[in-house]
Amino acid sequence: MDIQALAKDIPAQGEQSLEGIDFITNGDQYLTFMLGDEQFAIDILCVEEIRSWEQPTRIPNAPNHVKGVINMRGVIVPIIDLRIKFGVGENSYSVSTVVIVLTIEVEHDSKTIGFVVDAVSDVLNAEEDEIKKSPAFGGSIPPEFIIGLVNLEDAVVTLLNAEALHKIEKHQPNEGIQL
Amino acid sequence: MSINLSQFLPTFLEESNEGLETMESGLLNLQNADDESIHSIFRAAHSIKGGAGTFGFKQVTEFTHLVETLLDEMRDGRREVFKSDIEILLESVDCIRLLIEADRREVSCEDESIARVSNLLDQSLNLGAESDNKSDEQEISSTSEIEHWVIDFTPEHHLVQTGNDPIFLFNALNDLGDVKVTCFTDNVPAFSDFEPEELYLRWQIELSSPDTTEADIREVFEWVEDECQLEIHLLSVGRGSEQNANSDIEVSSEDIDSAKESIPTVSKDEAPIASAAINKPEPTAKAKQEVSSIRVGVDKVDSLINLVGELVITQSMLSELGNDFDLSKVEKLTSGLDQLLQNTKELQESVMRIRMLPISFAFNRFPRLIHDLSIKTGKEIELVIKGEQTELDKTVMEQIGDPLVHLVRNAVDHGIESKDVRIANGKNAKGKISLDAYHMGGSIVIEINDDGGGINRQAVLNKAVEKGVVEPNATLTDAQVFDLIFEPGFSTASEVTDISGRGVGMDVVKKNIQSLGGRIQVESEPGKGSCFKVNLPLTLAILDGQLVRVGTEVFIIPLISIVESLQAKTDLINSVSGNMVLYRLREDNVPVLPIYQLFNLDADNVEIDNSLLVVVESDGQKVGLMVDDLLAQQQVVIKSLKDNYQQVDGISGATILGDGSVALILDIPGMISMALKQAQIAQKKAASPTIEEVV
Repeated sequence: MDIQALAKDIPAQGEQSLEGIDFITNGDQYLTFMLGDEQFAIDILCVEEIRSWEQPTRIPNAPNHVKGVINMRGVIVPIIDLRIKFGVGENSYSVSTVVIVLTIEVEHDSKTIGFVVDAVSDVLNAEEDEIKKSPAFGGSIPPEFIIGLVNLEDAVVTLLNAEALHKIEKHQPNEGIQL
Repeated sequence: MSINLSQFLPTFLEESNEGLETMESGLLNLQNADDESIHSIFRAAHSIKGGAGTFGFKQVTEFTHLVETLLDEMRDGRREVFKSDIEILLESVDCIRLLIEADRREVSCEDESIARVSNLLDQSLNLGAESDNKSDEQEISSTSEIEHWVIDFTPEHHLVQTGNDPIFLFNALNDLGDVKVTCFTDNVPAFSDFEPEELYLRWQIELSSPDTTEADIREVFEWVEDECQLEIHLLSVGRGSEQNANSDIEVSSEDIDSAKESIPTVSKDEAPIASAAINKPEPTAKAKQEVSSIRVGVDKVDSLINLVGELVITQSMLSELGNDFDLSKVEKLTSGLDQLLQNTKELQESVMRIRMLPISFAFNRFPRLIHDLSIKTGKEIELVIKGEQTELDKTVMEQIGDPLVHLVRNAVDHGIESKDVRIANGKNAKGKISLDAYHMGGSIVIEINDDGGGINRQAVLNKAVEKGVVEPNATLTDAQVFDLIFEPGFSTASEVTDISGRGVGMDVVKKNIQSLGGRIQVESEPGKGSCFKVNLPLTLAILDGQLVRVGTEVFIIPLISIVESLQAKTDLINSVSGNMVLYRLREDNVPVLPIYQLFNLDADNVEIDNSLLVVVESDGQKVGLMVDDLLAQQQVVIKSLKDNYQQVDGISGATILGDGSVALILDIPGMISMALKQAQIAQKKAASPTIEEVV
């Protein structure tokens, strides 16, 4: 009686949770975040953790967008300000400023790098056919960093290429030596 | 069931390396031979041969077999131990090393030394064999006795599970003489009780052979002794028919003949290969160094386990305390935290100790080296080694070997005088070189002393002037003069020998030691000898550092490169040759390098007057680093910046301070070259407008 009623409930609960899973498995997942007023997204599987902003130890003669290094559980992690790198938004540091720490693997070479962003917003599901090519009409972000664009309601989200971010700090090696 | 043998290969390589070292040190001590050392040499050779056989290292097996035969004869007292034999055996140790490397890479080793040494071994063996043969013949003619042995071999049921196969034993017996094997199946149980992995058979073996002793037979069964019942009976001598005995003699003498023939043919085959050989052994010798595992003493592991146990106890104590905490328990908390601190420290030390090996690993090669060199140079040299239990990080150990070898060779060649000169100078004819290792502070010091002629100060100076390194009228201290021998291309040896004297080397030695974060000093007294002191950090993972502050940033200067720290006095600061700032430090003029300028930082203090200078030295160049404040001195764990970022000029790595923040470790040589580059750019900028003006 009671038990039977319970037994009836169980599949019902299962269906509910399955619905949830369905929504998860629908396409790849991306973590969206804000740089200024623009929305960006990055493959969620790369995300190691999200930390609040803390003043890193500065690296001498580093390019402007490399803020320094921090200690993340014994690992030295460089911090890169994406806003400066991409020329989007203002580089002010407030309580809501966060650092997304990504572990990016390219050909057995794994790097853990923290990226400063204005805010982390949501998780976005995007199937491959939803990702549209980014038109090459200017924009301050070099094209190799962009996978494509995804429409999210009225807004447009730029999907960033994690593998390109892997080499981000090597892009202008001479930038630092300005005498 | 097939076993993937390749997984055991590294172990075999390591063990055979150890075996070769055992052989080498045993051989060097063999002159004053006791029985045990020849046995241990033999055992080492035997297990190398066995292991090589298992892995299909044919070249090694064949060669080692010759060595083993020679050793076997020595072991049985059938051959006297001559000095020449020891030389051959020492050379064959080198050959086995080459061959193992060659077999590992599955190439055939075409080094002329192999063929030469195996020829020598053959000759030596043949000499012995001839005398053996004679004595055999004598024995045969006088006694002509054939001994018949009956061996009852009842293995335990689990014999095959330990990897022993009776067929190998029978084959081995077959080598001793004629064998007749009878198998008894009476112990085989009913099929229902039959365990497929057990051995139920027993054997009776009849062995007839001319000169086999019970010990020989026992040796065959050595490996299975504990796992079987073995009864060996000698039947009455010469039982069997006379004919039978005769035929046996024929067989055995034929064996000897064929053996004698086969050995020279092997070497004949090898000879042409050797003459055509171009392959040099150098690369193989280098590849050998990449050993990737560490053998750790059980005591070290036990102490680790103990510490981890304590750590767990402390942790549970603290978490229990945390469960219901009030202020009355603060004292308990502090003591708990103290305990945790203690545990963590000990644990860190223990883990570090795992990487530490006694320096005897690096010193082991020197008895052999001295032995070889004293033959080559004709100088009699005694080697004294002290402090070989001093422990050193494995990485440092691997990299310090070659520089040490170079220093020892130098001591033999340049340091120790020839016998006649020594006697003429009233010294002991036998030169003495001593190696000493000890801990001092956070570093290890290795001293290489010789009681030779010392460094000729005037000769070094003359050479330096000739090379233009030093101004002709410069006055230099002894230490400065002796430091000159580390200049590239510097050799005062009047003759170039094949040991040293080409002037390549001392600069490399110095560079290698510096790349390990160490330094080298020379002391020398004419007529009394020289002393090279190598100062090395205990480990590459931890560094003694001086924390300094520049503006808001904290940097770490490696303590080993600091000469002194001082407050700059205004009257000692000189601005010369167009804005180059020098600080007068006694006789030296030290260029001042403001860190804030080099690294583009905001510093509290940008004036040199009264600023704090940390005088550091790299490659003989002293520089005064201008800092805002001197903070604590402490040991720091070195972390790489390159792992997640990239190499940064002037920074050798990073570390994590007590408060969890990151501090960067300064790379002194890197900073100096950075400053030089900046100066060059500035000079070019300064030079170009003047050219325009001229135009």
